[in-house]
Amino acid sequence: MAKQVYYEDVEEGMEIPSLAKDVTTQQLVKWAGASGDYYQIHYDKDFAQATGLPGVIVHGRLKSSFLGQLLSDWVGEEGMVKKVSVQHRGMDFPGEQMTCKGKVTKKHVQDGEHIVELEIWTENPRGERTAPGSAVVALPSRG
Amino acid sequence: MTQGPALTDEVRAMIGATSEPDILEVERGAIRRYADAIEDPNPLFRDVEHARNSRYGEIICPPGFFGWPVKRSGRMGLTAKVREALAKAGYPRLLDGGVEYECFLPIRAGDTLTAYSKIADITEREGKTGKMTFTITETTYVNQNGDLVVKARGTMICR
Repeated sequence: MAKQVYYEDVEEGMEIPSLAKDVTTQQLVKWAGASGDYYQIHYDKDFAQATGLPGVIVHGRLKSSFLGQLLSDWVGEEGMVKKVSVQHRGMDFPGEQMTCKGKVTKKHVQDGEHIVELEIWTENPRGERTAPGSAVVALPSRG
Repeated sequence: MTQGPALTDEVRAMIGATSEPDILEVERGAIRRYADAIEDPNPLFRDVEHARNSRYGEIICPPGFFGWPVKRSGRMGLTAKVREALAKAGYPRLLDGGVEYECFLPIRAGDTLTAYSKIADITEREGKTGKMTFTITETTYVNQNGDLVVKARGTMICR
């Protein structure tokens, strides 16, 4: 685990450490079991192609969860992920690397809490944002 | 507007419909399987000793996980009815459009959550490949103490 980040360390416009994910079909099966989402477009290539897809695709909720990990890694044990919003905009395919990224858009103190707002997204190898979104977290303060 | 299917009365009538409550027992093993599936090594989600010594005192759920299964019978029963009506109205293909959640309290292993889902809205829009419908399902999670822990919104796209 990285060392704890504090509210005072954060500046608007700064990027947070990114998180790379190499999604395999095996991971999609593990996710299906762990989440209970057994929709066949995520593990059965014939089924996926019959619905018009080029092949099996990564679950949108798995991408959202990767973004959750990006945030919980960053806020550390003393911080809290308060709000996450993700749009599953583009398809991702197993075998392609996905990178989860975040950028601070705003920081402010509200009701005694040290709040940081971020833009978050997953990016495919062509630099396209396949799951863009936003987040609100609370960080500890040195103050 | 181009020609295409329109929302039927049967579909519109589902706005505001509510699910049977789902009871979720939040288990350590289910949390660990979830963390394993996303390949998240964070000890707060898997190491009981570590979690005991943290400010949480117990294994907690990662953001986005509110107990297994993520897709559960009450809510799925509700959205299945909407899907069926949308398929009849000419929108048979399904995509997960996105998710939004707001966390009010940490969820610990051992908690029992009750989830209440509601169809908040169904709208249609012209997309690149024709008309698409957006079904917004809102789910509220309450723990065994009666405290609100999470409010979530999911978007189901049918086209």
